[in-house]
Amino acid sequence: MRDTADVVLRLDAITKRFGKLIANDAISLSLRRGEVVALLGENGAGKTTLMNILFGQYTADSGTVEVFGRVLPPGNSRAALDAGVGMVHQHFTLADNMTVKENISLGAQPLFALSMKNSEITKKIKKISDDFNLKVDLEARVANLTVGERQRVEILKALYRDVKILILDEPTAVLTPQETDDLFATLRLAIANGLSIVFISHKLHEVMAISDRVSVLRHGKLVAEVDTADTDKEALATLMMGTGAVAPDIAVATPGRDLFSIKNVSTPNIGSIPGLKRVSLNLKAGQIVGLAGVSGNGQAALADLVAGLCTPAEGTIEHHGDPVKNWSARDAVNKGIARIPEDRHKTGTIADFSLTENAILECYNSDDFSKSGWMYWKKARAFAVDIIDKYDVRCPGPDTRIRLLSGGNMQKLILGRVLEAAPDIVLANQPVRGLDIGAVNYVHSQLLAARDRGAAVLLISEDLDEIMRLSDVIHVISGGRLSPEFLRGTKSPSELGGWMAGQGFDEQVTHAS
Amino acid sequence: MRLEPIANPSFARSVVPPALAIAATVVIASLLAMIAGADPFAVLGLIIKGAFGTKFALLETLNRATPLIFTGLAVAVAFRARFWNIGAEAQLYAGALVTVVLGTGALPWPGFALIPTLALGAVLAGALVLLVPAILKTRFGVDEVVTTLLLNFIFLLFISMLLEGPLKDPMGMGWPKSARLIADARLPRMFEGLRLHWGFGLAILCAVAVWVIQTRSTLGYEMRAVGLNRAAAAFAGIPVNRVLVKTALLSGGLAALAGFSEVAGLKGSLTLDLSPGFGYTGIIVAMLALLNPLGVIVTAMFVAGIFVGADSMSRAAAVPTYLADMMLATALLLMVLAIMLTRFRVRRE
Repeated sequence: MRDTADVVLRLDAITKRFGKLIANDAISLSLRRGEVVALLGENGAGKTTLMNILFGQYTADSGTVEVFGRVLPPGNSRAALDAGVGMVHQHFTLADNMTVKENISLGAQPLFALSMKNSEITKKIKKISDDFNLKVDLEARVANLTVGERQRVEILKALYRDVKILILDEPTAVLTPQETDDLFATLRLAIANGLSIVFISHKLHEVMAISDRVSVLRHGKLVAEVDTADTDKEALATLMMGTGAVAPDIAVATPGRDLFSIKNVSTPNIGSIPGLKRVSLNLKAGQIVGLAGVSGNGQAALADLVAGLCTPAEGTIEHHGDPVKNWSARDAVNKGIARIPEDRHKTGTIADFSLTENAILECYNSDDFSKSGWMYWKKARAFAVDIIDKYDVRCPGPDTRIRLLSGGNMQKLILGRVLEAAPDIVLANQPVRGLDIGAVNYVHSQLLAARDRGAAVLLISEDLDEIMRLSDVIHVISGGRLSPEFLRGTKSPSELGGWMAGQGFDEQVTHAS
Repeated sequence: MRLEPIANPSFARSVVPPALAIAATVVIASLLAMIAGADPFAVLGLIIKGAFGTKFALLETLNRATPLIFTGLAVAVAFRARFWNIGAEAQLYAGALVTVVLGTGALPWPGFALIPTLALGAVLAGALVLLVPAILKTRFGVDEVVTTLLLNFIFLLFISMLLEGPLKDPMGMGWPKSARLIADARLPRMFEGLRLHWGFGLAILCAVAVWVIQTRSTLGYEMRAVGLNRAAAAFAGIPVNRVLVKTALLSGGLAALAGFSEVAGLKGSLTLDLSPGFGYTGIIVAMLALLNPLGVIVTAMFVAGIFVGADSMSRAAAVPTYLADMMLATALLLMVLAIMLTRFRVRRE
């Protein structure tokens, strides 16, 4: 039944080890002309490694990559591009200070060309943009584009280079549901034009919607290859996560008093990222407040505000009902706010510090760990050992540099650091990003435990499923504005998606006035 | 070719590359000596003999190492917090300036009171010189590499102006040099009959003190955190700017002690050639020591040994003294490469 003549891309038994970890274990994959193959897997399942091997960023320990019947030389980063494979990365690779047109043609022309042939470039881009329904202003600067527009530029960039195979890495992670629909329309046009697509994702409904076949990766192994028509979301979820994963069972909570309040706060815009626009938010004891939204809509500003990294330009904040005057990171720590930062590598930990040094990062100058300027390293080490035991941090010991730990274990140390003092306010910003399912469940159970003992939890996430599963109350943030609160289960994903895309806010203003 | 980080380097991997770097330095230096017309096989022996072979040579090396320990520590402290102090030269002259201003008779005190006062004054002057770039950086984001580097030239010209004007020694036969320190301002010798002054002892003491501060104090913890990851330090509530200013004060003070010790211990007066680039060589000393304050003692002696030894070798073998500079540069470059190889594995593809 399978017609092998039409195979445009074939990965054959690719194996790649990093030390003891097998990132790819004999993975084979084939893509035929005019089809969409979805590569499905949790974070850390080996999807990115596989693509890095295809593009020569890594060399496979064994196995071959074949494009249009020709084996690519391993470790050559130009080979795949030259053979007509294009990739749209999850994190865009555009030059912000250049125009859309310059970005698209950048690197696609000879270095010492005599004339730029500007009109021809424009003509070619225009044609592609019409053929594939990719509308974007060619003269606009990339810095001024929305995330969805930037992605269109990335796709245009690939198509401009006449690719035949397009690989999209988590393309919908940053899109609203509506933008996702537009993307899918473009992809269908691409298929109609004879392209073939590998669609990397861990979002089940999208995989069901766009793909012809699905390859499921789990812990570096190819666990299933199925036709999309023969499967459903539930079956794919089981394949992807295995059966060991159990979502936390969540009891309904009764909220208590306001522990932390933000009243009519505005903060300045930072570049193209909007600041907060007259935002009010109450964090109540015993309640998880979920903040949903597409990244870059003001979540960072709100997180920074709660974490003590910025102060309101307008409006006030209250802690336990008292107005807060001085507000800094140190003040936030002293007021008992547990802060789980968005980026555990860049802001949560210091990679070349030991676990001990990282464990006391926020409290090194408390009386427990230092006195009149001198450290008590013994007590600090004992504290780290305690966290390692209680929070199940898998590591060689408290003196290990934290860079050697996996993301999940790093996050567990951060959890221990901030939760050990039983804080009554918890800020969890993208707490499970990039973690495997076991670690995800662990983090979620810790957040729920904090709620159950009466803490107020603010959960910020771009994963709507996570928000809907954990939150007692949901707010949507879009363009720096905050939606009204929605109680658990009162809004469907597509209704929330509408708010995420910015719908509903204007009526809210009309109602208020 | 690509580099892969090594998670847990073995003992051999952390020892063999640096050893090879030293061996390669000797080979290259020998080749250079051969080109200059000397016997390449005699070069190493002559350098070692010239630097450490006799009591006189050894004391000369320790005297030369003294200012390098101070400037090396100044750089090591600052670089550890990623505050790029390239201006140890200016801070050194600031220390020397205070020493001659107060030590040539302005304070007619006995030695036990005068010498600590001079040292303290020098420290304050050096700290003050670096405070300006530190505040410009923390307040306005001005790059300290530029400000500290350029301050070196400004300060040297300032000293030159003073030596031609108000500080000029009336008994100096017209040379641009300051008056000599009074006897009570001179650092005594550490051992009777040996030409080694207490500046060396103070340098060792400072190295140990800096090491204790870095490993045992909260300030040391803060400085290391700020140096390794400024964003994470700020997120955790460490007052990054305050730590940077404190670091600058400490660094500037240490560099100024080099000027104090050279004037009060060795030269006795201030001239424009007080420092043959001790401030810049301090960067090499600190980098070779991987910014470890105790390591600075060793690398300062190593660098001083090369200078003194190559000087003596060039006289004995009749080759240019510039061979010392070339050896030092070769040693630094190879050592940087070796240090990288202790942490990364080269993969050929």
